[in-house]
Amino acid sequence: MGDWKTITVPIPSSESKNISQFTSETNMSPSSLYSQQVLCPSLPLAKSVHNFFRAFCTEENVDQSISYLDQELTTLGFPSLYEESKGKEVKRDLNIVAVLNCIQELLVLHRKNLLAQENVETQNLKLGSDMEHLQNCYSKLKVQKLQNIIASRATQYNHDMKRKEREYNKLKERLHQLVMNKKDKKAAMDILNYVGRADGKRGAWRTGKTEARNEDEMYKVLLSDYEQRQKQILLENAELKKVLQQMKKEMISLLTPQKQKPKEKTEDIPGTVLSDVEEDTAELSKENMWELSCETVREQLTNSIRKQWRILKSHVEKLDNQVSKVHLGGFKDEEVISRQDHEQETEKLELEIQQCKEMIQTQQQLLQQQFTATCDDDTSSLLQDCYLLEEKERLEEEWALFKEQKKNFEKERRSFTEAAIRLGLERKAFEEDRAGWLKQQFLNMTSFDSKNSENGKPQSAFSGSSDQDNLTLHSKPGQKSCSVSSGSSVRASKLTKSLPVSPSASELFQTIRHMSENSSSSVLNVAVEDTKPNQVGRECPAQKWSVASRSDSQEGGCSGSRSLACTDWSIEHGDGLP
Amino acid sequence: MRPPQPLGAGAHPVPPRGCQLLSQLQPEEALLPLPSRVSRALRALVYWPAAALASVMNFSEVFKLSNQLSKFSPNGKFLASCVQYRLVVRDVSTLQIFQLYTCLDQIHHLEWSADSLFILCAMYKRGLVQVWSLEQPEWHCKIDEGSAGLVASCWSPDGRHILNTTEFHLRITVWSLCTKSVSYIKYPKACQQGISFTKDGRYMALAERRDCKDYISLFVCSDWQLLRHFETDTQDLAGIEWAPNGCVLAAWDSCLEYKILLYSLDGRLLSTYSAYEWSLGIKAIAWSPSSQFLAIGSYDEKVRILNHVTWKMITEFGHPATINNPKIVVYKETEKSQNLEMENLPFPPTKAAASSLFNTETKYEVASSPVSLQTLKPLTDRPNPKIGIGALAFSPDNCFLATRNDNIPNAVWIWDIQKLKLFVVLEHLSAVRSFQWDPQQARLAVCTGRSQVYLWSPAGCVSVQVPAEGDFQILSLCWHQSGDSMALLSKDQLCLCYLENEGVK
Repeated sequence: MGDWKTITVPIPSSESKNISQFTSETNMSPSSLYSQQVLCPSLPLAKSVHNFFRAFCTEENVDQSISYLDQELTTLGFPSLYEESKGKEVKRDLNIVAVLNCIQELLVLHRKNLLAQENVETQNLKLGSDMEHLQNCYSKLKVQKLQNIIASRATQYNHDMKRKEREYNKLKERLHQLVMNKKDKKAAMDILNYVGRADGKRGAWRTGKTEARNEDEMYKVLLSDYEQRQKQILLENAELKKVLQQMKKEMISLLTPQKQKPKEKTEDIPGTVLSDVEEDTAELSKENMWELSCETVREQLTNSIRKQWRILKSHVEKLDNQVSKVHLGGFKDEEVISRQDHEQETEKLELEIQQCKEMIQTQQQLLQQQFTATCDDDTSSLLQDCYLLEEKERLEEEWALFKEQKKNFEKERRSFTEAAIRLGLERKAFEEDRAGWLKQQFLNMTSFDSKNSENGKPQSAFSGSSDQDNLTLHSKPGQKSCSVSSGSSVRASKLTKSLPVSPSASELFQTIRHMSENSSSSVLNVAVEDTKPNQVGRECPAQKWSVASRSDSQEGGCSGSRSLACTDWSIEHGDGLP
Repeated sequence: MRPPQPLGAGAHPVPPRGCQLLSQLQPEEALLPLPSRVSRALRALVYWPAAALASVMNFSEVFKLSNQLSKFSPNGKFLASCVQYRLVVRDVSTLQIFQLYTCLDQIHHLEWSADSLFILCAMYKRGLVQVWSLEQPEWHCKIDEGSAGLVASCWSPDGRHILNTTEFHLRITVWSLCTKSVSYIKYPKACQQGISFTKDGRYMALAERRDCKDYISLFVCSDWQLLRHFETDTQDLAGIEWAPNGCVLAAWDSCLEYKILLYSLDGRLLSTYSAYEWSLGIKAIAWSPSSQFLAIGSYDEKVRILNHVTWKMITEFGHPATINNPKIVVYKETEKSQNLEMENLPFPPTKAAASSLFNTETKYEVASSPVSLQTLKPLTDRPNPKIGIGALAFSPDNCFLATRNDNIPNAVWIWDIQKLKLFVVLEHLSAVRSFQWDPQQARLAVCTGRSQVYLWSPAGCVSVQVPAEGDFQILSLCWHQSGDSMALLSKDQLCLCYLENEGVK
């Protein structure tokens, strides 16, 4: 549409108002915009035409362009743009009215064309979809027709077959009569003597009695088969029930200890939940319960299993979430460093052990040599006997010393590996701690702004460890990479950092032991101290859960929520213990 | 060997009574030095992939045979085989001739009675059945169906009645060996498998056709009383088969319609099953020995397994030509590379050398994961297209199912029934002729018309060359009931193969 504007530019301002009004009108119509957008790329000529138009009229060739346009328009049947000429020589003037009329007419025409185009396009679309539909119908019809053809052919074939079979039967009947009625002497059995029956009995006459007996026997066979199958099914059922029971038991045992842990810590757990579970377990103890195959028992069993399964599922899901959270946190660097340190340290220790071993060996060799040297000389041996004895004693003493040393080294090594294991455990605990903390943080941020009580838990863990920060002498605060980390991880990281600096293994071991003792006590302290905040903190997720599971059965949802909260809690804190 | 006798009316060149007149035997057969059991020269030392199969395989000498007629007696003591018009019964343990009978004409069918006391020989061209007694060689029995003709003959399970089907399926004649009585059953249906006895031999089911409708009759075998008679909802009943427990009868429609019906012993319809419409349907079925599964092989190259509780499909096994799953072991038979030393070959080649040239030994190789099997493009414009599951059999322990897809003729599929999935595929160089499970354990014997016998067990598989002179093309095989040996049958020869486990020797 812009091209129209470029054309209107040279026209005096009095007219441009009208024209611009028209152009704006055409611009406003979405169809025209659409059409232009559609048409322009589709026609490569259109662009060149525009360019031509742009260059068509300039300041210099206004007259020529007007006359050209006049010519073009008149050939298209529009009235002339010039005023009626009065004299031949006089230069004709441009008739503005005619120009405007012309433009107006052109615009109207253009709009009409656009409308028509639009109509055609919609029609085209419609036709396209119609075509598709018809093609579908056609293929369907074709299939149906083919099926009909097959069916009709089949019926025809069957009919013909029947006809032929009837004929064939007639022939057969005829043949049968012929064969039978001819008194076919040839058809006979030539036997030396009749043989006894396989069972040794004589053939009985066929009577109504034997018929009844046959029936009876048939039903007996059937009955025994059904009995056997029923037995099999019963067995299978029993086994399945057993499996179900086992599953239920295992599920309960899996879920209950985690529930009971917080009970030890906090006294005010609602009794109903546990009693529910206890009821279940009590039911289980009835060994013969599953013998009853009545509906109620079955329902109970399946319901309880479903319930437990739901709990387990949500628990597993939660664990998954935790794991993913842990993975998200930038942990890797620390882990790598610690492992490297660990390896270095073990290498060092191994080297030390190796050296010690070598030393012992050389000592041994020397001893041996001395021994052999003394044995060589028989005469001197008598003289040296007492000396040898002394020497031997001395050597034995030395040997014992070495042994002790070796033992010490072994001990050191073992203790180091133990420390490493503990380290791993602590790290794991820290990860879980962190996950829990992050979750709490998240919950706080989202919904429980008013209740800041949850913060008490991770904070407490943090504060518990803060004392130890002072205890660890070799710590380098600058290396703390994770500012959010709670007590155990800080300890762990510090421990690993301190490793390369430590001069000897025994010292290291001592520090580790010291720290581990501290940490265990601190965590216990925390557990005792922070009962109140914990309690609040536990209730929050519980509420959340019960909301989520309201759609399920009321009972199941409730108990599930409790246990879920409990398990969550127990993992966050219980595993912190070394 | 005497050429087959022309069916001249008067000509009776064969002695009328069959008895063991050694003078009538061909000298080579009569004077065969038969050492106890096997000639040890023909022993193939086979080292199995695992000791579970067998460590040593012995092969007997080769005996003459016609029409591939050779059967072990049900008690496992004897082996009956036919050579033209003669019936030879050998002791299985020594392979010495125990009895020799001479029939009136070339034998077309041979069957032992269930108690192993009698042997039935049918001569269809003459409409004759001759019965021989093992205990009393002089006892004889000849049944002539006369102008009615004879197309099939079989024992009843008690071993005292013979059921003869006359030409055009006009009737079934039941001849008793105990009494003079003869009974007829009219309207038997001419179909794939029209007679089926329960395993315990108590009942017989018979497919019938009357007024263009299919019926099944159930008879009590002890006195041939008609127990049940009912119409089946089939277009063209193709076959019937009892479940091994004798309580369920499967009846299936002709291949034009996929339909299988299951009837109780008392004639109640238990269930019907149809997998699809329009295209060709059931080709073969097999009951599992436990009666728990019914496997149905069909023209769509699938096996469907029904369960015995709901009679609904448990699973379906497709038989694709490419096997992508690397967990499935594909054993491919390959020829052992022979170092042909041309300069060492005598000219003209001796018989032995020639046979060894043609009988290249083969072995199985494990093919690597994406395996494409050789397929046969079935001709759609011919009837009975070579496509679909034409043969299937459960192992005696119900654990495996062996199948053959007729348009992948060289392969045997072995399915694990406990896991309900494909376990092993054996691909051979030639089309599989037949396969049979060892009656005692999960061990499958396969033959392909070459001179090798193939054995598979979960422990592995092996291809064994029959060390017979000349070309011994195994066309079919049958196991001895003990599972210690099997008879390998070629077009005109018979060879026994003994499988010895290490523990035995």
